[in-house]
Amino acid sequence: MPAVAETIETVQSVTESGYKWGFETDIEMEFAPKGLNEDIVRFISAKKNEPAWLLEWRLKAFALWQKMEEPDWAAVSYPKIDYQDAYYYAAPKTKAGPKSLDEVDPELLKTYAKLGIPLKEQAILAGVEGAGETPAEAFPAGGRMPVAVDAVFDSVSVATTFKKTLEAQGIIFCSISEAVQTHPELVREYLGSVVPQADNYFAALNSAVFTDGSFVYIPKGVRCPMELSTYFRINAKSTGQFERTLIIADAGSQVSYLEGCTAPMRDENQLHAAVVELVAMDDATIKYSTVQNWYPGDENGVGGIYNFVTKRGACRGARSKISWTQVETGSAITWKYPSCILQGDDSVGEFYSVAITNNRQQADTGTKMFHIGRNTRSTIVSKGISAGRGQNTYRGLVKISPKATGARNFTQCDSLLIGDQCGAHTVPYIENRCLSAKVEHEATTSRIAEDQLFYCRQRGLNEEEAVGLIVNGFCREVLKELPMEFAVEAQKLLAISLEGSVG
Amino acid sequence: MLKIEGLKAEIEGKEILKGIDLEVPMGEVHAIMGPNGSGKSTLSYVLSGREGYEITGGSVTFDGVDLLAMEPEERASAGVFLAFQYPVELPGVGNANFLRTALNAQRRARGESELDAMQFLKMARARLKELQMSDEMLKRNVNVGFSGGEKKRNEVLQMALLAPKLAILDETDSGLDIDALKIVSDGVNALRGPGFSSLVITHYQRLLNHIVPDRVHVLMGGRIVRSGGKELALELEAEGYGTIAA
Ligand SMILES: Nc1ncnc2c1ncn2[C@@H]1O[C@H](COP(=O)(O)OP(=O)(O)OP(=O)(O)O)[C@@H](O)[C@H]1O
Ligand SMILES: [Mg+2]
Repeated sequence: MPAVAETIETVQSVTESGYKWGFETDIEMEFAPKGLNEDIVRFISAKKNEPAWLLEWRLKAFALWQKMEEPDWAAVSYPKIDYQDAYYYAAPKTKAGPKSLDEVDPELLKTYAKLGIPLKEQAILAGVEGAGETPAEAFPAGGRMPVAVDAVFDSVSVATTFKKTLEAQGIIFCSISEAVQTHPELVREYLGSVVPQADNYFAALNSAVFTDGSFVYIPKGVRCPMELSTYFRINAKSTGQFERTLIIADAGSQVSYLEGCTAPMRDENQLHAAVVELVAMDDATIKYSTVQNWYPGDENGVGGIYNFVTKRGACRGARSKISWTQVETGSAITWKYPSCILQGDDSVGEFYSVAITNNRQQADTGTKMFHIGRNTRSTIVSKGISAGRGQNTYRGLVKISPKATGARNFTQCDSLLIGDQCGAHTVPYIENRCLSAKVEHEATTSRIAEDQLFYCRQRGLNEEEAVGLIVNGFCREVLKELPMEFAVEAQKLLAISLEGSVG
Repeated sequence: MLKIEGLKAEIEGKEILKGIDLEVPMGEVHAIMGPNGSGKSTLSYVLSGREGYEITGGSVTFDGVDLLAMEPEERASAGVFLAFQYPVELPGVGNANFLRTALNAQRRARGESELDAMQFLKMARARLKELQMSDEMLKRNVNVGFSGGEKKRNEVLQMALLAPKLAILDETDSGLDIDALKIVSDGVNALRGPGFSSLVITHYQRLLNHIVPDRVHVLMGGRIVRSGGKELALELEAEGYGTIAA
């Protein structure tokens, strides 16, 4: 079984009720002092040994951020965030290159064990020298593609697997800090080229203080031989996480990237403001899949992650394709609009989303499709599920420029309500400035019907299994877009996220 | 054995079942006939535990166990199967997945081992073949876009796979063409034996030529007003319910 599937499955089997990943590790952290100012930005940059241009870039972002206002247009409400009351840099202490697992911080290993990560992989994750150099072929994964994992443990990428195999094809898959050192010209060329520093409040904040994230470069004509994967955990008290991910698929290349995460339980709200930038050149394809399961807060909405993410892909080349698939079950607040800029002629953008809100979770998510090139096509399939007192908003923009002749968009937004205290909202914006373009929008709202539940129960399923099955059916069009490894997880996650929502 | 004594049930304050007495011994098939709105489906729902029905009197035991105290899924695992008069659509849920989930849920509840995908497929294909149904049936979403007859056949497929001890068939024959009626009946007859009992609800004596019942009961106005052998169905067919009510 692939690493991610095995990992999450084990986690699910060992845990009990409520949020299943709720534990916290006490690792000696190297904190930057609390608060946010220019010195902190300099501290982070120095800590990472960054070149001067990057420091300048961060400082410019910080200056921009200071002049910006926190957005309030999303249908989410939360207490005002005190940006001065958080740490902006925290990393597990690294003693250069442990020789074996015995030398690895036992606390770190305990965390991995609780997450159910196999020993072999623990060694790789903890950066044990020599681990992870086995070629990918040595991991038979039931005929499936193996998964390379780049784990972000708090802010610093602890290790990268399968690197050697990828290197042989000229693929670069490493942490972005490492890429800054080893491939500065690529980072410099593309960083901020899709999401500029001043794009929005949270992107500006991220640009100033981002600590780590993944970097991927697929050379011309190369088809990445494995799914690239990363999973994040937020682990240090009051440490906002500001990942920065940059994926570049050069002409004719293909890559599938998986992102998944779990987080330990805690009481105070945690800010997460990631930026993900994708660039696809001529004939390149990027598939970006996310299963997001951060701590959503308890039944009363206490605790939980604030997830303000900017994800955007640029289809720069002709016939390029970017496909976003997301399953959002976690976080107290989700503010997220993975988007595609369809610049190249005949380029394709896709957005497949499942968002669940239960208890007091709030999600305002959707996508933006910018049609610029000719014959550009986009597909949006959004499935929102609300239970408890959850509030779920789809917010989407389809914008077609006058030059985008022959552009097509199809949007389908379906909402499923469980119970009568939750809400579903659909806010589609369409700006079509091209006569020959075609935009279609379909929307439905439904409830799980009593007769469906009874039908399932009459066949032997209990109420929760029945809800799980019906919800999975409702989300099928999206789930089938996920790579196999994730699809299985996602299905279980959906059921778990809705536990206690009926009856 | 299914034993119903003085069963009274109401829905939304309206009494529908007004004291039903009925016994179906193991190994027997009993037919229930009766005019529209007489309470046949209500009886099937009360037996299988659907919410919304208030039991105001009487008792139901199955193999000596109080059925009314059990959740619907517990009744299912205990061997009670209901072929719905109006099978329900489950969009996006594959038939194979649904059937395997159901079968494994029941097996788990009974402390039996679960079937993996391959074992299940083998078993499902065997049943499909017996029922002269195509494998395509497994790939489709549960009842979505099925014709009326296909829905009924899908109910029978589920019954064949779940191998219940008590099968309640609520007008499973309506909507079936002549050939399908024969196949479905053969499916039920194949299950007949000492470990199987059935309540066959129907409006047509035609079905009872294929599934020959041990007893026939007439349900009218929420009560069993007459019981008899298989010839009672013929009598009803010839004379209607009027003379019986009189
Ligand atoms: N939810 C409900 N609310 C009010 N009355 C109901 C409800 N469900 C059923 N009834 C009534 O209960 C009575 C019995 O209905 P039931 O469906 O059991 O009849 P039936 O014998 O199965 O009829 P048919 O042969 O038409 O299937 C009918 O008068 C029906 O209108
Ligand atoms: Mg009926």
